[in-house]
Amino acid sequence: MNFALSDDQRMLQDTVERLVLRDYGFEQRKAYAAEPGGWSRQMWRTLAEMGLLALPFPEAQGGLGGGAVDVLLVMQAFGKALPLEPLLSTMVIGGAILRGANPAQLDRWVGAIAAGDMTLAWAHGESGSRYRLHDVACRAQHDTEGWVLDGSKALVLHGDSADRLLVSARSAGAQRDPAGISLFMVDAQAPGIVREASATHDGRRAADIRFDKVRVDESDLIGMAGAALPLIQSATEAAIAALAAEAVGVMDTALAMTVEYLKTRQQFGGPIARFQALQHRAAEMLIALEQSRSMAMYAALMLDEPDALERSKALSAVKVQIGQAARFVGQQAIQLHGGIGVTDEYAVGHCHKRLAMMDLQFGDVDHHLAQFARAGGFISTEAIA
Amino acid sequence: MNLQRDPAIAAFREEVRSFLREQLPADMASRTLRGYHAPKTDMIAWTRTLHARGWSAPHWPVEHGGPGWSPLQRHVFEEECALAGAPPTCTSAFSLVAPVIYTHGTEAQKRQHLPPILRGDAFWGQGFSEPNAGSDLATLRTRAERDGDEYVVTGQKTWTTEGHFADWLFCLVRTNPEAKPQRGISFLLIDATSPGITMRPIVSIDDAHSLNEVFFDQVRVPVANRIGDEGQGWSFGKLLLDNERAFSAEVPRNKRMLQRLKALARDRGLIADPVFAHRIAELEVELGALEWMTLRALSEHGSAAAAAWPAGSVLHVLGSELQQKTGALLVEALGDRGVVAYPEWQGAEPPADYPPGPHDAPGVTADFLYRRAVSIYGGSNEIQRNLIARHMLGA
Repeated sequence: MNFALSDDQRMLQDTVERLVLRDYGFEQRKAYAAEPGGWSRQMWRTLAEMGLLALPFPEAQGGLGGGAVDVLLVMQAFGKALPLEPLLSTMVIGGAILRGANPAQLDRWVGAIAAGDMTLAWAHGESGSRYRLHDVACRAQHDTEGWVLDGSKALVLHGDSADRLLVSARSAGAQRDPAGISLFMVDAQAPGIVREASATHDGRRAADIRFDKVRVDESDLIGMAGAALPLIQSATEAAIAALAAEAVGVMDTALAMTVEYLKTRQQFGGPIARFQALQHRAAEMLIALEQSRSMAMYAALMLDEPDALERSKALSAVKVQIGQAARFVGQQAIQLHGGIGVTDEYAVGHCHKRLAMMDLQFGDVDHHLAQFARAGGFISTEAIA
Repeated sequence: MNLQRDPAIAAFREEVRSFLREQLPADMASRTLRGYHAPKTDMIAWTRTLHARGWSAPHWPVEHGGPGWSPLQRHVFEEECALAGAPPTCTSAFSLVAPVIYTHGTEAQKRQHLPPILRGDAFWGQGFSEPNAGSDLATLRTRAERDGDEYVVTGQKTWTTEGHFADWLFCLVRTNPEAKPQRGISFLLIDATSPGITMRPIVSIDDAHSLNEVFFDQVRVPVANRIGDEGQGWSFGKLLLDNERAFSAEVPRNKRMLQRLKALARDRGLIADPVFAHRIAELEVELGALEWMTLRALSEHGSAAAAAWPAGSVLHVLGSELQQKTGALLVEALGDRGVVAYPEWQGAEPPADYPPGPHDAPGVTADFLYRRAVSIYGGSNEIQRNLIARHMLGA
């Protein structure tokens, strides 16, 4: 085990950090948010040119064959900018789901994704499913010409602008059966799809999507029919690990801004950094950030853990810790800035919004704490008399 | 960054486990697991057992008798020892004074002091704090006046852990009252049996005696027992406190405490209570983060990455507060039985007049009470937060 970055890893990290410094300042981000879809097509092309969209895909199909640590480094460095682009949906979740795809499908899709010509959105959650991964009411009927999808998906991140939707639907069983769920790659423009977009508080867009007798070709079924839950589980875990890394990037920005503010803001005849109450609060922020940085590394390690229960427990623990730390750091960053922290024109409030919204994605603190406890936690009591 | 687990570590863990199965006496283990302060006899016996295997000083350099383990091996070793109930070795000797001696001592000092520590033949106590020099340690007043080849030491030290076991004391003393406070301090090794030393017990809130105050009345100490030059004591003291902080995350102890908590909760049906189960789960998540941070800090030690965050202080704060939170939940798990003052006992069975109650209750509340000290010693958590803030904000 070695925590030091290799030369290649350092280069990857430096590349993304340079991009953020050059092209993703807070004012630039405002301009990107005003573009159609709420993110920058030009930035997306740049990410494609840098190879970042190809990162997790197999080399045989034009990907870079990157691992969990590479994704960690990219999400962490990019997270500092509060990015708006569908990197999580396309690169991370797409990368995880397409591990279940066959070579012919990879040949069709990876090239377009890597080139920046195909963005994806993860259409899995439904209005009543509340983080339960097996709770799928959307139906997939098989007939002689392929599949027909009916139902609704809720709050599909970047679902309004995505070119393709990764859709889970039930091809067998009852709404909460673990078995019987299938996955499809669906053209977002297919007849029968209606997308209703919402703006999110962290500057992104999501869509509620209705599927009314949407035809999907047999060749767009990913993996075996009815057996998609393990793939959905591992995509969720990959998303949690990526969010953890992104949260570290956002917290880095929030703490750096706060430290700078404490040093420069003058009150009572000097910088407010000399007040111990504020120093200790900043110290607590650093502690939370370093816990999170460590947990993001742990998440990257555990993504490759073959034991599904151990992996699931680990990623739940990560989501709990990150959720708590992110909320704390975001809130304290605003508090230490005072009034300017609650204004829209200043970036620190946007850090808080992003951090707070992250807790609501892929299971919040309470959900994962309950899941972790039910699974028995880290420490076994079997050995103890 | 390569986070893959090394298969050799699993084999090493198994080697440590089988050593513990063979060598750790059951009664010694159960005494340790009850959570009282370990008796000197257990500490010495266990140090000798470890020494026979070459394992008594896991973090010492090989040339001084360390086993040459990687940081991860040391971590695994300490974890397995803690979970099995191995008593501690003398922390003041192995972890505090020895690194100062082998880093800054003369050859004669190394020859004199390191082998007896390694063998379990010499116990040490720390003489840093004084009644009026706690967090502001640089104001310490214990005086060492030069008289030929000797110093004459007069003053008072306090909070000396296991000082009543000690053969030797290492002390910060003032050799130059004229210099700036930090510059006038020297580091002395003092024979605890020297005439003029009086040791008085301090009974702590767990009704136990592990702490002491030490009085020095014209104690004569050879100048040859000084480490480094006059006036260098402060920097050695800081090195030592940094070492103290680096292992103060106490991941193995935290794991042992959580294991005990889960066993108590299981045996009382509390695991089935979602509220209690969530509170345990929150602590387990904290432990997971703490363990991973510790591994990261161990791996980064000595590299440029280590300078990016004040790992020692961060680990000290988190590791101490987790012990306190876990201790509080342990007491809650006992329910109203947690109020009973169970005294420590040494034999295989408690004495006939021992207070009634479940076999797993003794030691829980006493340990919980004593663990209030862990956020104070080695630099209080408020001092640690000052240090963390200074790292970010500058002086």
